[in-house]
Amino acid sequence: MSAIAIDRPRTESANIASQIASAAAIHIKGLEKSFGNNRVLRGIDLDIPAGQFVAVIGKSGCGKSTLLRILMGLEEPSAGYLRFDTAEGSDAQPNTRIVFQEPRLLPWFSVADNVAVGLGEGVPQDISRRETVSVLSEVQLAEKAGEWPSSLSGGQKQRVALARALVSKPGILALDEPLGALDALTRISMQELLNRVWLELGFTAVLVTHDVVGGGSVADRGGGGEKGRWVLYLDVPNPPPRHHGNPALGELEGQLLAAILGETRS
Amino acid sequence: MSAFDTSFVRVGTERRARPAKAARQAISLQRFLPFLLPVVVIAAWQLGSSFGWISTRIMPSPAAVVVAFWQTTISGQLPNNILVSAGRAFAGLLVGGSIGFLLGIANGVSRLSEQLTDTTLQMLRTIPHLAMVPLVILWFGIGEESKLFLTALGVLFPIYLNTYHGVRNVDRGLIEMGRVYGMSNWTLFRKVIFPGALPSILVGLRFALGIMWLTLIVAESIAASSGIGYMANNAREFGMTDVVVLTLVIYAILGKLADVVARAIERRALRWNPAYQN
Repeated sequence: MSAIAIDRPRTESANIASQIASAAAIHIKGLEKSFGNNRVLRGIDLDIPAGQFVAVIGKSGCGKSTLLRILMGLEEPSAGYLRFDTAEGSDAQPNTRIVFQEPRLLPWFSVADNVAVGLGEGVPQDISRRETVSVLSEVQLAEKAGEWPSSLSGGQKQRVALARALVSKPGILALDEPLGALDALTRISMQELLNRVWLELGFTAVLVTHDVVGGGSVADRGGGGEKGRWVLYLDVPNPPPRHHGNPALGELEGQLLAAILGETRS
Repeated sequence: MSAFDTSFVRVGTERRARPAKAARQAISLQRFLPFLLPVVVIAAWQLGSSFGWISTRIMPSPAAVVVAFWQTTISGQLPNNILVSAGRAFAGLLVGGSIGFLLGIANGVSRLSEQLTDTTLQMLRTIPHLAMVPLVILWFGIGEESKLFLTALGVLFPIYLNTYHGVRNVDRGLIEMGRVYGMSNWTLFRKVIFPGALPSILVGLRFALGIMWLTLIVAESIAASSGIGYMANNAREFGMTDVVVLTLVIYAILGKLADVVARAIERRALRWNPAYQN
């Protein structure tokens, strides 16, 4: 497993400082997780400053999804600690939202009602409506608000899932291989969308993926890993080489691949 | 058009290509197609009776059935008995359906409840509920309770099985999503589990409607002093074949009506599902 991280480009940080206030910093130290005799994660150290975009890259079964589940508060770590820092204070579980590999939309709800699921319960109708419309236009699907999910394409469904995750203005956005099921072209536009909303909304993003190129082209910092241990922890130059065909991106990809595969062979 | 029914793939292309008038004619023809066979059968039957090929002691002519319909309607006998039978049917459906639905939901979501009751229910299910008729008559006599009990027992199992199956087969990913997005148990049930199980529950309802009429016919012919089944049995004793056939027609119409209503509910409740659009 490895992690890549990207810091916000300095020029843009000034105008989004107010929004970053809600973003949470994540501190992980000596984190371990075992299921019975199976040690899924061991000795994970990771410090993610508020507002950073981190990609955790590794082969399937290396424990990256478990790391996300711990981050979401769905699993307790077996050892080590996990701490959050937000503007409101430390330690409380910040508002964390997740985008899964599959869209997981409720087929019996309209697109707008699916997005409203992300707001949680007890939100007044008018506020819910306003927030839903605004986040749907953010992902360029405002005109689909009243449609059934079954009428959308795979990429559109995943954008609705992203809108559902973003509508409650999360401090941390967890992305569990969200581009995995999309075709190559849709994936590129989804990467650009992710990058744009991240710059605009200022949340901390943790992307879990096995896609070395995809992870590299959106994230600020990356690391590769094998069997629950970091092998590489990489800071990406700022601003990061995000455009496809950029030689710097190719070099980054090479470093990551070497790290992940090298560990496997040794 | 090929010999296979490909109507489900034709929708977008062929219909739009046709001129509007031809399309309208095709649609009206399609609407009448299902009625073609019954009309031909009834016409042949009437001809057979009129020419004396079919003995009226075995089978009355359709015209005689229509006359019987008219006479029992103006005497108030038919509407009365239909009301009595329909009342029994739906009371049984309501009682048995509610019990089956609640058990299905409980066993679908709760492991404890499933372990407590599922095996017992599966055992009871294999007893044909009509085999209970002698016992039911001993318990309740021929009063309303016996009909209610049998109908409720008959509809309970298809509703139970399909509700349970539906709840069990709700997409695990959606339930996980609901939990991660902070839904309470009740919200999770209302927004994820129930709508997810609904297609299966409605299939159970349609099975139950069939069993509901079947049970009622048997119960009413064996032990009743009113209702359509009683009317048929009574007519048999007096050799009134026209009334016997009339009751069969009434059963067919009531059964079809119940199915049409169930389908309409299905189309409305499942309109999000591409399989039910149009």
